[in-house]
Amino acid sequence: MEWEAVIGLEIHAQLATKSKIFSGASTAFGAEPNTQACAVDLALPGTLPVFNEEALRMAVKFGLAVDAEIGRKSVFDRKNYFYPDLPKGYQTSQLFHPIVGVGHIDITLEDGSEKRIGVTRAHLEEDAGKSIHDEFPGMSGIDLNRAGTPLLEIVSEPDMRSAEEAVAYVRKIHSIVTSLGICDGNMAEGSFRCDCNVSVRLKGEEEFGTRTETKNINSFRFIEKAIIGEIERQIDLLEDGGRVVQETRLYDADKDETRSMRSKEEANDYRYFPCPDLLPIEIDDSYIDAVRDSLPELPDARKARFIEEYKLSDYDAMVLSGDRNLADYFETVAKAANDAKLAANWVMGELSKLLNQNDTDIKDSPVSAEQLGGLLERIKDNTISGKIAKQVFEVMWNEGGTADEIIEAKGLKQVTDSGAIEKIVDDVIANSGPQVEQYINAEPDKRGKMIGFFMGQVMKASQGKANPGQVQGVLKKKLDALV
Amino acid sequence: MSLDRSDVDKIAHLARLQIEEQDAPEYAQNLSNILDLVDQMQAVDTSDVLPMAHPLDAVQRLRSDEVTEANKRDALQAIAPQVEKGLFQVPKVIE
Repeated sequence: MEWEAVIGLEIHAQLATKSKIFSGASTAFGAEPNTQACAVDLALPGTLPVFNEEALRMAVKFGLAVDAEIGRKSVFDRKNYFYPDLPKGYQTSQLFHPIVGVGHIDITLEDGSEKRIGVTRAHLEEDAGKSIHDEFPGMSGIDLNRAGTPLLEIVSEPDMRSAEEAVAYVRKIHSIVTSLGICDGNMAEGSFRCDCNVSVRLKGEEEFGTRTETKNINSFRFIEKAIIGEIERQIDLLEDGGRVVQETRLYDADKDETRSMRSKEEANDYRYFPCPDLLPIEIDDSYIDAVRDSLPELPDARKARFIEEYKLSDYDAMVLSGDRNLADYFETVAKAANDAKLAANWVMGELSKLLNQNDTDIKDSPVSAEQLGGLLERIKDNTISGKIAKQVFEVMWNEGGTADEIIEAKGLKQVTDSGAIEKIVDDVIANSGPQVEQYINAEPDKRGKMIGFFMGQVMKASQGKANPGQVQGVLKKKLDALV
Repeated sequence: MSLDRSDVDKIAHLARLQIEEQDAPEYAQNLSNILDLVDQMQAVDTSDVLPMAHPLDAVQRLRSDEVTEANKRDALQAIAPQVEKGLFQVPKVIE
């Protein structure tokens, strides 16, 4: 039996507004509990919501970026349920008339192929607060700072057939919302989270199998692992003659498995109805056109430009255009160094390596794009070799300073003076009697390889500062003169 | 349409309402009457009528994205039954 997975995703992107969706309280992350929860967020009697215009504009930006229909008239609905992190007893959301309708994005898979994934809809809603269960005996602590933070819930069609496709989709949406500047994309802080709907069916079947929903997964890697694990669990269950139960599951990253959280309440248990406290939102073509004119360059367009303008490979262009901050950084370095390929190699190589090792975001890189550009300039004009440049880069990362200052202070300037190089080469040859003997007696076509030993000695003697191209030439000339 | 006891119990649970055993039949009757009224309204031909999202013929006014609310935690928590470490305390809720 061959099984096929069917995956649909719901992504909650926290919109990067300064204030909440229906109140003037701050949305800043990490404040003391309940210091950013005002009377509206607490649902005190007599308070009324007033809609944040920036949340609307951000949602429309997203809709335009995924080529979607924009709801000229959208309506807020109440989704009723009881939980203390939601003091109103309902979440204000949009069920019947969302702001963003049907759209699509194209994802690129590892083998280079493209696939179109449908976006069913995206709607505005408010986030709930946070409950802390394990700190107080018999009680739960409630922090309502997050209550009322604007979210854009982006719902995909069940178009994905593997964990790889799902992750490519999530990355693409992540790259779109961060490029638009409507979400900071910080998964660890919960600004971008993903619920995965997974079912399996026999290949060729038309009907979908029973699906489960795995909630709030907060890294790309966990999304992949959770989906792979859930597909396996369902297949095992069905092959053993069991049945998949429709339910909500939680991904446990430590055990790398999903576990049941609660059986899914029926949709009509939420008793949705239009929110009488909020009037319909109407927008016209001129509003939409104005938003369209304000859109920044999107990842697909930027990738195409990187290939065209900088002659980058498809892969390099995709990686560098995927994150707006990374793309901006790369372009600044490329312009400063006047060499896009060298800039791409350094940004994706040394810089990304240190960023990963130190778990640092590109935004907080201790080495600025200007600093790195300055360093690459010194490679280009032969002041230092690529190898020395890595040393300079590490100093830059740890201690700061410009490339010129570090090269000067550490005396790393490349030796290009031919007299100096000849002197070192002479010393090495004089001190390497047996190797010189071997070189002389070797077959001529083997000698090229043997030069490596002498190269190493000269570079060592010069502490890596001799210009390698020059050393190679001088060595060959002097050794061949002995034959 | 008529509701029975189990419907009333389910609705009460969803609304987190505690109801007295002996009142349930009356609630069932009252709620059924409301649904009958809805059925009566459903019978009207509304094919020419546009759906209405709100009784006021007006559109939502928007607020500019500015932080206008200062921290009033002390005042707002003064009326809460129980507070600890800045958190509102509620009976433990975990599924």
